[in-house]
Amino acid sequence: MTARALPLAVLAFRDPSRLVHFSLAEWELLLRQSAAANLQARLYALLEERGELAAIPSLALRHLRWTDTIARRHWRGVHWEVEQIRRALSGLGQPLILLKGAAYTMAGLALARGRLYSDVDILVGEDQLDQVESALMLHGWVATHLDDYDQRYYRQWMHELPPMVHIKRESAIDVHHAILPRTAPVHPDPAQLRAAAVAVPGHPGLQVLSPPDMVLHSTTHLFFDGELDHGLRDLVDIHYLLREFGHQPGFWEALAVRARTLQLERPLFYALRYCSRLLATPLPPEADALRNAGRPAPLLLAVMDRLFERALLPVHASCSDAWTGVARFCVYVRGNWLRMPPLLLVRHLFQKAFLSPKDVPEDPPGAEAEQARP
Amino acid sequence: MTAVPTGPTLASLSRAELSARLAHGLVFRTGQFTVRLQCAIGSVTEGLHRLYGAHPLLDDDAFVDFHLRMKRPATLRRWYRPKVDLLYDGQAIFKPLPLAQAFPLFEWGLNWCVANRAHTYLMIHAAVLERGGRAVILPAPPGSGKSTLCAALAHRGWRLLSDELTLIRLDDGHVVPVPRPISLKNASIGVMRAFLDQPVFSDEVADTAKGTIAHLLAPADAVARGAESARPAWVIFPKYRAGSPSLLEPMPKAQAHLELAQNAFNYSLLMEQGFDTLGLVIGMSGCYRYTYSVLDEAIAVFDGLAAQP
Repeated sequence: MTARALPLAVLAFRDPSRLVHFSLAEWELLLRQSAAANLQARLYALLEERGELAAIPSLALRHLRWTDTIARRHWRGVHWEVEQIRRALSGLGQPLILLKGAAYTMAGLALARGRLYSDVDILVGEDQLDQVESALMLHGWVATHLDDYDQRYYRQWMHELPPMVHIKRESAIDVHHAILPRTAPVHPDPAQLRAAAVAVPGHPGLQVLSPPDMVLHSTTHLFFDGELDHGLRDLVDIHYLLREFGHQPGFWEALAVRARTLQLERPLFYALRYCSRLLATPLPPEADALRNAGRPAPLLLAVMDRLFERALLPVHASCSDAWTGVARFCVYVRGNWLRMPPLLLVRHLFQKAFLSPKDVPEDPPGAEAEQARP
Repeated sequence: MTAVPTGPTLASLSRAELSARLAHGLVFRTGQFTVRLQCAIGSVTEGLHRLYGAHPLLDDDAFVDFHLRMKRPATLRRWYRPKVDLLYDGQAIFKPLPLAQAFPLFEWGLNWCVANRAHTYLMIHAAVLERGGRAVILPAPPGSGKSTLCAALAHRGWRLLSDELTLIRLDDGHVVPVPRPISLKNASIGVMRAFLDQPVFSDEVADTAKGTIAHLLAPADAVARGAESARPAWVIFPKYRAGSPSLLEPMPKAQAHLELAQNAFNYSLLMEQGFDTLGLVIGMSGCYRYTYSVLDEAIAVFDGLAAQP
């Protein structure tokens, strides 16, 4: 794929020096694409880091400031929420291990600035699931997804409890005991992930995954998942993680060893490939060993390139071609295929297509019903 | 203060031209925002034709803040239970509504755009009007008669800034207009038909989530002056009560601050900035509760306030 053909929302992160040269019309399109990809607040943070906020058209900057207001509230909200969870689970006598966005934020990583959150993800031992669930319920979190099929789906087959939501704050928490479903073909050992977790300076009682594990979890999440609605955001996360950790001595070697141990060489291969191809993520010579470790057969790779280089783009009309719908469908089926054996998958897709209630947008309205929630 | 814009308005288009522009995307301005609406639904064309004549018409290549599209879902039900979807840049923001509610849906959708996006303002669910450079903010829950009072004042010497969305600038606490048609419900529609001389309404739409709805034309001068902000001078919580005498009661400022915050869309989102800005507004304003039953008495009371130095 040539850089010329890439959507503006990809170019913005691939080569940020171009941002100040975009025309007003390009900015309008970039704002739309980045909003669809959930990357608008990150774009604001990027310009702020570069000291270029004053160099872009004021009409565009206004939109970025709108979104940044939400991001700042989310940043504060995550700190508060994590503290509430830590207190609720303090009786377990274990450090609280955070995953994904909450981990990036609490660890103070660069990519946390300008990230929006829908929930907090935590990792606990499978033998502690019951205790954790009870403790959270005692502190006001209640289970969602109460129908029998969903309960069974989560508890029997998945790697997490059904999402829980706080009854007053309406904040969501995902309690994971592993990073892939029980039904997936590979089982990265969660005990190893927990054992290697590192403390968060300044936040006693909190841990996050070690840098290589954090990258591997992020890549696994993206390349085992069927729904890539925020695919570009997740790829940009990995791009930033690699840039942040890539300078640490021994990081790339540790990443290679860890990917092999945890059976996650394939998703890592894809992550590095599409980070490099779409975002031009700098990969040093030390990363060369990784480029080939999880490489699929050439024909399969050619197919995957065509699928992912469409499905990873923002879900926006301007980023779609005639094959985008097909590509997204294939990635959806592939993600589920990887997570479940074939018969179970057929059953699951049937259930989701024909039996489960559909997700629908909110009831209309009246402005008074539209209280913006952090 | 910004000069009154003098470019073309929607009134420069015939109904047929408006319809043609809407089919591929009509770009117009309301206050600080630009909107592109793509829609081939007759009731929406009619609503815009009647109620948006004074709004500035923009070129197709103007910078657009909100991309809206209304379309009928392509399902079999379109033949026996026609519905309409509102898409915000391709994404549905509400459940589909009956096709007859298309114009109110557009109005609600535009409210949604502002209330969910424009976080460089403190946004309060309140009507707001201006006179002599000073603004009166009328926050109130639905059913309090706020829109009726607002519609009456907007036609008796006060400039309409907005009947639903009070936008307060964070740096100086001044109110920025979003002049749009006034949304009236149920009995208020008849009250305003009787009160005003030859009012221009959109067609009444029955059985919406809010009952029967009709939108009243905003005065052309208020729309044309959509870039002129105003300093808050009064915060008044109105309450219509049948048979009640006209009663204006001072309200403690702390109480007014709390109740105004409860009516804000993004008070907690703005955190300290929200608190500080609201404090600025309350500091600049006389705060009152106002109970009324007769519109002419209400207008006299508001005129009395405007006459104060």
